[in-house]
Amino acid sequence: MGVGIDVENLNAWYGSTHTLQDISLNIPANHATALIGPSGCGKSTFVRCLNRMHETNPIARATGVVKMGDVDIYEDANPVEIRRRVGMVFQRPNPFPTMSIYDNVASGLKLNGFRNRAVLDETVERSLKAAALWDEVKDDLKKKSGASLSGGQQQRMCIARALAVDPEVLLMDEPASALDPVSTSKIEDLIFELKRQYTIVIVTHNMQQAARVAENTGFFLNGKMVEFDSTHKIFTNPKDKRTEDYITGRFG
Amino acid sequence: MGANSLHTPPPPQESAISRAPIERQSRRVRLNRARRYLWNHVVTGLAILSTIVVIAPLVAILVYLIYKGTSSLNLAFFTKIPAPVGEPGGGMSNAIVGSSIVLALASVLGIPVGIAAGVYLGEFGRGKLLAGAVRFTADVLNGVPSIVMGIAAYALIVVEQKHFSAFSGGVALAIMMVPTITRTTEEMLATVPHAIREAAYGLGVPKWRTVLSVTLKTASPGIITGCMLAFARVAGETAPLLFTAFGNQFWSFKLNEPIAALPLQIYIYALSPYDEWHRLAWGGSLVLIVLIMASVTLVRIYANRGVLKGAS
Repeated sequence: MGVGIDVENLNAWYGSTHTLQDISLNIPANHATALIGPSGCGKSTFVRCLNRMHETNPIARATGVVKMGDVDIYEDANPVEIRRRVGMVFQRPNPFPTMSIYDNVASGLKLNGFRNRAVLDETVERSLKAAALWDEVKDDLKKKSGASLSGGQQQRMCIARALAVDPEVLLMDEPASALDPVSTSKIEDLIFELKRQYTIVIVTHNMQQAARVAENTGFFLNGKMVEFDSTHKIFTNPKDKRTEDYITGRFG
Repeated sequence: MGANSLHTPPPPQESAISRAPIERQSRRVRLNRARRYLWNHVVTGLAILSTIVVIAPLVAILVYLIYKGTSSLNLAFFTKIPAPVGEPGGGMSNAIVGSSIVLALASVLGIPVGIAAGVYLGEFGRGKLLAGAVRFTADVLNGVPSIVMGIAAYALIVVEQKHFSAFSGGVALAIMMVPTITRTTEEMLATVPHAIREAAYGLGVPKWRTVLSVTLKTASPGIITGCMLAFARVAGETAPLLFTAFGNQFWSFKLNEPIAALPLQIYIYALSPYDEWHRLAWGGSLVLIVLIMASVTLVRIYANRGVLKGAS
């Protein structure tokens, strides 16, 4: 099952640039939460702070409290552990090019030393089914490289790979922005299925996409969160003038 | 094409320039096309010519070696040790085995150190002072003449141990291999997209494991090429072995004794005044080059096994 995330006064820097300023919000469990805003507003940095990916960049740093359930991810756990509980799907599909489809999906378990064949087989099948890719690849799981799939298939494989380690939260950083409309709609259908089991945070440039998949939406601008509310409210009756300008296409 | 072509597409005959009959094209269009056509062929021709210039010396050397060397290759060449001066016959079996031992030792010592240093430069030392120093040292070491490597190994090992040895020869060659391998490893790691590392981090894979199982593996074809280049380069080296491995007219399998090596034996034979020995030198050169090509090819085949369909 998914778990909720409470963020309090999160600040983040790249070098001397203050990319996130005092972000506080509650992300409810087993819901999809969308983050929208113009390029460079800090949405990606924000999700990267939720699994401590932000700090893999040597010049980056972050302060504040991020609580996943009862766990303060910056105080109570090490980053590697956190990333096993908070899965991530990136903007561009990033399969491991030397690995087969099977090994790609199993990589999170295998690279952490898990070797039980039967469990691996079962996990790979379950994850690929959950990512709606099983029927397309089941015949060449071990024959084909993960990089040989189409872009949309690769992205669903990356989702399967993230699901295979059984996370509680799934972060998606513009997961469909490099895909064609058919693949995009498959990914969106998938998000609907997945949020029954996982808490989903999705960054998107596509406002229709946010409206379609997410119950709650946050609007980011220049490193600050301008507004956070139910998606319906944000898109029909935003409180802030800047949110209204953005969703009506007046800038960004 | 006029504005109305948006609504009523013209018949295909007139739609594209290429479809129009030649005589209807303007003079300028035809001249332009002729020029591009010509230029294309000129440049392609130049590229083919350059390729021939590159390959020609290699083919010439191989053909000449085969021409000069095959006559002295017989069973005795591969089974016998060198005959004393004045006696006919004799072979280079001990030199072939000796070279293999010295090269194996050099690879065992040089490849792990080279790759490990490259991994440090590429994955852990970004922007660190030590990394800069290592990189600089590697580049300088790459330019050190091979005879100087020999003298260094002589001073550090042979003088200390008070005798020539296969071990000192292996060390001299290993030191020559390291900088090439280090720099290629670093460069090959730099070609691995950052997104792939992030994919592994995102799955909760620790950094050391990511480097070992993801980054190094993705870069491995290039790293193997680097190792093979370094190997092929030192396999034919004579100078670093002159006063380390020293050469040996008899069988020796011990690392702490002087050992025969193909380049050394070729050197001795080629400088001798005897026609018989000159022939043996040619045969030795042919065997040396074939051995290098065979080992490089074998490693390639071994490294390429199990590459998946569509792997990039």
